[in-house]
Amino acid sequence: MADAGEPEGPERKDDIVKAKQEGKELTKEEKQRLRKEKKQQKKSKEKKDDKPSRDSEKEKKPASAASPAPQTPTQPPAQKAPSAAPAPVPVPASETPSAADKPAKSKAELKAERRARQEAERASKGKKGDVGPQAAPGKPKAPPSELQPVVKRLPEHVQVDNPEVLKKLAKKLERQQTPEYNAATKVKIPLRSDYGYKVSLFSHLHQYSRKAPLTQQLGIPSTVIHPAIVRLGLQYSQGIVAGSNARSVALLHAFKQVIRDYTTPPNEELSRDLVNRLKPYISFLNQCRPLSASMGNAIKYIKKEISNIPSQCKEEEAKRKLLNCIDCYINEKIVLAAKAIAKYSIEKISDGDVILVYGCSSLVNHILCEAFEKNRKFRVIVVDSRPRLEGREALRRLVQKGINCTYVLISAVSYILPEVSKVFLGAHALLANGYVMSRVGTSQIALVAKAFNVPVLVCCETYKFCERVQTDSFVSNELDDPDDLIVTRTGTTQLEHWQEVPSLGLLNLVYDVTPPDFVDLVITDLGMIPCTSVPVVLRVKNVDQ
Amino acid sequence: MPGPDKETDLTERIEAFLFDLNRGGSGAGPLRGSAETARETTALLRRITAQARWSSAGDLMEIIRNEGRRMTAAQPSETTVGNMIRRVLKIIREEYARSRGSSEEADQQESLHKLLTSGGVSDENFRQPFAALKPNVIEAINELLTELEGTTDNIAMQALEHIHSNEVIMTIGRSRTVEAFLKDAARKRKFHVIVAECAPFCQGHEMATSLSKAGIETTVITDAAIFAVMSRVNKVIIGTQTVLANGGLRAVNGTHTLALAAKHHSTPLIVCAPMFKLSPQFPNEEDTFHKFVSPHEVLPFTEGEILSKVNVHCPVFDYVPPELITLFISNIGGHAPSYIYRLMSELYHPEDHEL
Repeated sequence: MADAGEPEGPERKDDIVKAKQEGKELTKEEKQRLRKEKKQQKKSKEKKDDKPSRDSEKEKKPASAASPAPQTPTQPPAQKAPSAAPAPVPVPASETPSAADKPAKSKAELKAERRARQEAERASKGKKGDVGPQAAPGKPKAPPSELQPVVKRLPEHVQVDNPEVLKKLAKKLERQQTPEYNAATKVKIPLRSDYGYKVSLFSHLHQYSRKAPLTQQLGIPSTVIHPAIVRLGLQYSQGIVAGSNARSVALLHAFKQVIRDYTTPPNEELSRDLVNRLKPYISFLNQCRPLSASMGNAIKYIKKEISNIPSQCKEEEAKRKLLNCIDCYINEKIVLAAKAIAKYSIEKISDGDVILVYGCSSLVNHILCEAFEKNRKFRVIVVDSRPRLEGREALRRLVQKGINCTYVLISAVSYILPEVSKVFLGAHALLANGYVMSRVGTSQIALVAKAFNVPVLVCCETYKFCERVQTDSFVSNELDDPDDLIVTRTGTTQLEHWQEVPSLGLLNLVYDVTPPDFVDLVITDLGMIPCTSVPVVLRVKNVDQ
Repeated sequence: MPGPDKETDLTERIEAFLFDLNRGGSGAGPLRGSAETARETTALLRRITAQARWSSAGDLMEIIRNEGRRMTAAQPSETTVGNMIRRVLKIIREEYARSRGSSEEADQQESLHKLLTSGGVSDENFRQPFAALKPNVIEAINELLTELEGTTDNIAMQALEHIHSNEVIMTIGRSRTVEAFLKDAARKRKFHVIVAECAPFCQGHEMATSLSKAGIETTVITDAAIFAVMSRVNKVIIGTQTVLANGGLRAVNGTHTLALAAKHHSTPLIVCAPMFKLSPQFPNEEDTFHKFVSPHEVLPFTEGEILSKVNVHCPVFDYVPPELITLFISNIGGHAPSYIYRLMSELYHPEDHEL
């Protein structure tokens, strides 16, 4: 309302003058009250038919002076409609004929006008610099910048406790079928069901069992989903392909295969049809195992590249271009980034260092191997945790290179930390508020390292930076198969029948977030930055793109 | 003659006990709880008092000290043995002093005044024989045994003062004291317990099954998730193997991480430890503080080729400094860690700190 104050000021004065001329003396409060009443009336009327009322009010206006206010709300929408450029072009056109035959109006025309008006309003709402709807008084004029209002949809995988969302997802999966295939073989993407008793704090997340992979519910041959994607989904859900770099690279290779096997159907454009073709694949992979931040960024990149293919491009050339793009992406963001990060990190490794690493991070392993080849003298302590025991894989790789290694479990980390001089950690994603999302246990290591005053360095490529923010490990996480926690020791399996005991739950978290005050340095391919500079990097990347 | 038979019987019992101690420390968790060890030690000491040949208090103390040295050498990490021996030595001193008629109370405290005015080593060589000493000592040891029987119940009785409804309590590994504590509170209050499994022995699993059978909502988490879930935890209640003289703990490995996480989130850390776990040791002995067991638990032999090129550690205990602890709950009530030194001076005589 405030920024419409300028144009309506003089008009109000005119009204006041008119009112005074007509002998009515309205006080300021009465005027405000009237204005508010009219605003509310306006809002309720707009839902039905405001154009005729507006017209009628416009006509009433010169007649009766007791309504200076309705003019003011009528002016801004009339101004707004032409200013909101694309959609409401038909609106003024429809307004003018309706103004002519105001009383006799058919329902269909009213509906059309209403819809056009709503679209106009939605389009205008999208631009922050515009006048807000009349119901929002006093909104300061925001600079029409590129800052989009963050009206994001909450992802499905953190709304498991909402049955409506699940129903919507099931319907969406049913709808996602490629139309060209035989309608008789209506194979839909199955919905994976949760397994076991979920701890109440995590009832909003999925918990799947590894013994029931999604592929068991698919028919053979699965005509909807490309076999490379089916294989990839199975590899994800069984944990054969694990680690965010490995998963992204596998995903991109599978997409390359899909693109190679793709043929544009007639009367369709490659740029649009291929994106639609990829959607069910992505839903399927999401069901097999929730997508990681790096995979999300890779998918965004691919979709953008596909949509940017000019329509006159021939199919062969377009496919070649896309394959080239994907190769470039992998090369730049993963391979070359690893080289750059290794170069920076080697400056930080000095002779005689004792370096602590946690779990198996491909990037950290690469760094250590490079440093060893450059003849730095150091030894490594590998910390591992149940139930994944990924540290053993890292241990094997480092020992093969010939690096002197020690191996402990995470519960012994406060015993071993006094010997350690540096801690190198890998990351799954870096969040926009500076938190590091990584394998569960990373935050614990950072905490204990901080208590012993040992520097903590996180190594992360920039393609893993994501715009989400998170402060704890509960709201968005992944729950792995709870049966993994069962172990047989000295002949007895204590938790074997945990499902039968009603008050017992097993929790197998996959990720946790490390607060930025535990992390001393983040080494990326752009250089060495503090944890809090992540949103700066994101902004720079967005501007570049 | 009953003498030699009794003696051989006695030595047999002592040897059997030493053997048990030696074997019990193989690392798969204590085969017996600390309470049992304490009770057996005290019973054995009572038997020694009754059956060994001694004429004066000094002789008895000498015998007990020798046996005690052998017992602690058999299993250095089992500190309750040493603690009980020191308690019995203190009992003997007290009874001797009472028989002699002087008040030993004042002599116990090594106050500055005492140091200045005593003017030399006090002439206490405990050589005076008293007839009533033996039954008095045995009676006092019996009292000690009764106290030991009731420790777990005494601690569990205090549970309702510390746990309210709808709490989330975190614990690690398996402690019989904490188990009894939580079960007692569960009779009247509803709360949720998160148990960290404490690899590699995973004793947390036993604790979780036992608690869930008592109807308590239990969740088992891995050690790696301790910091991740700590933000939702209201209290951390743990048991310990030993309470050190400075108020610190020697507890199962992973407890230090738990204590640091609790400190970061300002969650109170409560330690349920009966009095017999209080030990006059300080944590500065680098060699004897840690105990290691077979690394097979951590990296099994099935891993093959890399085993020979890798160092593997499997420590059993962790040191927790007293700054991270909020409260001790023992069978005589609750104390702050800064009070432990007073309790120690009441339980043990300073000359017995080194056996």
